[in-house]
Amino acid sequence: MFAYIVRRLAVAVPTLLFLVVFSFVLMFAAPGGPFNSERPLPPQIMANIEARYGLDQPYWKQMWDYVVAVVTQFDFGPSFQYRDRTVNDIIAQGFPVTLTYGLWSAIVAVIFGVALGVVAAIRQNSWVDYTAVGISIGAQALPNFVMGPILVLVFTLWLGLLPGGGWYGGQWQYVILPVVALSTSYMASIARITRSSMLETLNSNFIRTAKAKGLPMRRVIVRHALKPALLPVLSYLGPAVVGMITGSVVVDVIFSTGGIGQFFVNSAFNRDYAVIMGITILVGALTITFNLIVDILYAWIDPRIRY
Amino acid sequence: MAMTDTQTAPARPQADGAPVLTVRDLAVTFETPDGAVEAVRGVDFELRPGECLGIVGESGSGKSQSALAAMGLLARNGTATGRIDFLGNDMLAASDRELLKIRGNDMSMIFQDPLTSLTPQLRIGQQMREVLEIHRKLPRKEADRICIEWLEKVRIPEAERRLRQYPHELSGGMRQRVMIAMAMLCGPRLLFADEPTTALDVTVQAQVLDLMDDLKRDTGTAIALITHDMGVVARMCDRIIVMRHGRVVEAGTAEEIFGNPQHDYTKILLDAVPRIDKVKRSGKGEIDIDAGRGEEPLLKVRDLNVHFDVRMRGGLFGTTRKLRAVDGVSFDLRRGETLGVVGESGCGKSTLARGVLNLIPPTGGTVAWLGRNIAGSDRQQMKALRKDLQIVFQDPLASLDPRMTIGASIAEPLQVHTPEMRGAERAAKVREMLNRVGLDPAMINRYPHELSGGQNQRVGIARAVITRPKLVICDEAVSALDVSVQAQVVDLLIELQKTMGLTMMFISHDLSVVREVSHRVMVLYLGRVVELAGRDAIYTDARHPYTKALIAAVPVPDPERERARERVRLSGDLPSPLDTRAPLRFLKSVVKDDPVAEQYRPKLVEVAPEHFVAEHDPGLGSEGLRA
Repeated sequence: MFAYIVRRLAVAVPTLLFLVVFSFVLMFAAPGGPFNSERPLPPQIMANIEARYGLDQPYWKQMWDYVVAVVTQFDFGPSFQYRDRTVNDIIAQGFPVTLTYGLWSAIVAVIFGVALGVVAAIRQNSWVDYTAVGISIGAQALPNFVMGPILVLVFTLWLGLLPGGGWYGGQWQYVILPVVALSTSYMASIARITRSSMLETLNSNFIRTAKAKGLPMRRVIVRHALKPALLPVLSYLGPAVVGMITGSVVVDVIFSTGGIGQFFVNSAFNRDYAVIMGITILVGALTITFNLIVDILYAWIDPRIRY
Repeated sequence: MAMTDTQTAPARPQADGAPVLTVRDLAVTFETPDGAVEAVRGVDFELRPGECLGIVGESGSGKSQSALAAMGLLARNGTATGRIDFLGNDMLAASDRELLKIRGNDMSMIFQDPLTSLTPQLRIGQQMREVLEIHRKLPRKEADRICIEWLEKVRIPEAERRLRQYPHELSGGMRQRVMIAMAMLCGPRLLFADEPTTALDVTVQAQVLDLMDDLKRDTGTAIALITHDMGVVARMCDRIIVMRHGRVVEAGTAEEIFGNPQHDYTKILLDAVPRIDKVKRSGKGEIDIDAGRGEEPLLKVRDLNVHFDVRMRGGLFGTTRKLRAVDGVSFDLRRGETLGVVGESGCGKSTLARGVLNLIPPTGGTVAWLGRNIAGSDRQQMKALRKDLQIVFQDPLASLDPRMTIGASIAEPLQVHTPEMRGAERAAKVREMLNRVGLDPAMINRYPHELSGGQNQRVGIARAVITRPKLVICDEAVSALDVSVQAQVVDLLIELQKTMGLTMMFISHDLSVVREVSHRVMVLYLGRVVELAGRDAIYTDARHPYTKALIAAVPVPDPERERARERVRLSGDLPSPLDTRAPLRFLKSVVKDDPVAEQYRPKLVEVAPEHFVAEHDPGLGSEGLRA
């Protein structure tokens, strides 16, 4: 197991390098640069700015300098758009926000999604099942840019219970609505995956054995069916959790949370290479980490899997 | 077992001889989207203590559903009517709570497939212990003691260690023994065994059946043995009921049913069962025993190897070991003859077939087809050869494309090999072939799921022989079929061989069927030939201890003969094929005690004309043999 983890981490390094190179190539392939605007700057000033950010260097040199800075000093460089801030500053400010509401969203999505899916499977083809399936289809069909405004409308404007935006260091009343808006569709997916895999598990031979032993249904479900039924949910959770903790533009914008999602999109529009690269590497590293965690959990739940 | 008496079970011992279970007029109906399906329609039987009742029938006869109804384990859309009385409890009227107290306690059940019948994520100990926790409220230590006691009773070595193992760490035979131990933990009065040995190899089957027989005698537990295998019934059962279409067509003692069957269906069933002790094809086509004699072989296989690299754990990057699936196999195949290939699971039968046909490229050796080596041929060369070399697979439904009509599936080889043939002509050929394999040509536009297993296998055979191949390999081609259907497909194969002059390799784990169809038989053990001889020589004069054990393990469908037979037993499980010492199990005197060392390869010795036996040690239930 230890050797496996070391091997996986060893593979992660070239993967991230490839990610850097690939993103660089894509950015250079796109026309324009960070300092192009509708009213062109005088050539002398443009040259000065480009020299200051190293944009006058050949591409390979820029890429090399970037990688060296990241690897040796963990320095992602200055932002092109937010003139006096570095990428490290931006990530340090925005990432804790998305991490907070993202993790809460993941917890909410897993708990409610799994519960809904299990209940629906146990009561297959009853009104409970139809309600659960209805809820999850509805939740999945409702995009979060619709969900967000509805939540603000109901809980802020009509009921006056919760603030409609802002972050304020992540006080609980500011976290609730972003979490609901973000977690709903993930919860719906988890519920559907859980339901179908639980149905399949309940039809398997070992469940028949467990019943033949005279175990009460509750014990059959909790002890014998839950673990195998959750394996597919687990594989879904790897990328899903990364998606949640790196935030969503829509949630960031609607609830003005100051999360990292909105920086990512803005920097793409403004060709803020440094911010794009920084966040890309962050998401890449998180994806690799969470997939590894999922694989470790997999082996922990299912003894047949050994690496 | 002192502990088992301290519980409060419902109405325990009754007067000896009074039935444990009485089933009267049982009917089971399933509500399906296509309407109600009557799986069981009025079944009566009873079981007394210490008795083994055989419930026999083919798939769909309602035998399993009757047992599940008695256990209260019918699927949710099923309802049972009639009366099931178990030790004074009305099982059909009992509440869920009452049923929970009885299930796994006084009445337990083991199932067909031991590989999937244990929860993969829980340790053996956890799964066994919970039975005692639920029914006896025993503390863990006490429960562990009883679990170990039972694992030892079912002859599992190192019982204590097994409690901490997961199911996948045990072989199929071991897992079925764990199932039995688990079912016996609370000292049940009745054990339902639903096809308990069908998924097991014959030698393992023999061990499990012996074990069940001993348990029945020692504990007085009544056993209801549900099976399609008449040999198993003959060996185990005191009384038998024969079921068909949800009804009991005949009931009686084992001697009555086998000696003097009354109902036509029972007669058909008994007649269809192939026998290991004799070739019995009353009134049906027999193989032409002289076929191919003295002719130059069509196929010469010499020292064929199919080795796989298997990744092992250990070290930073792991290591690889060689799995010798087929290891130096040589044989000839003459025109018009059938070579039976037998052996237990993992012995390399199927890999051999695929290696011969180059479906898996062999790693060594030659396959000479009509004098030309085809091993290692490229795709283009093989494509031309496939017209002559065909294969029929085990699972008829899974090996046909579900989205193609059977007509299209059968016609496909013609499109590939004779592209110049016109559509109408091709359709005519397909119809003719359907007729030939005993299917109505009007079925040409049906899809595989609309056909029964036997019909689909006929389609598979039609597809294989439509190009008029010279060699057909049947890889477990009749193993998934019910006995009566199996007998018909065997008839068809023999008939096709005689009319088309087919040469066949018939691969099967079922030694009885092989006896019916084969001219010569080759016995494989862990990738090597241990014996190769004419069929009568193999079955009446086996020389190798492994062959003897295999033959002895197959039950004969005749209670008197079966119970009087002497048995040669192999104990334990098939060893790992990765261990190079394993194939030398019968020649231990030359083994180098190192699991990865190059080992001696036993030679084949011709002990009689055309009768080859691998070298083996003396004193293994037969005279020793060294080259």
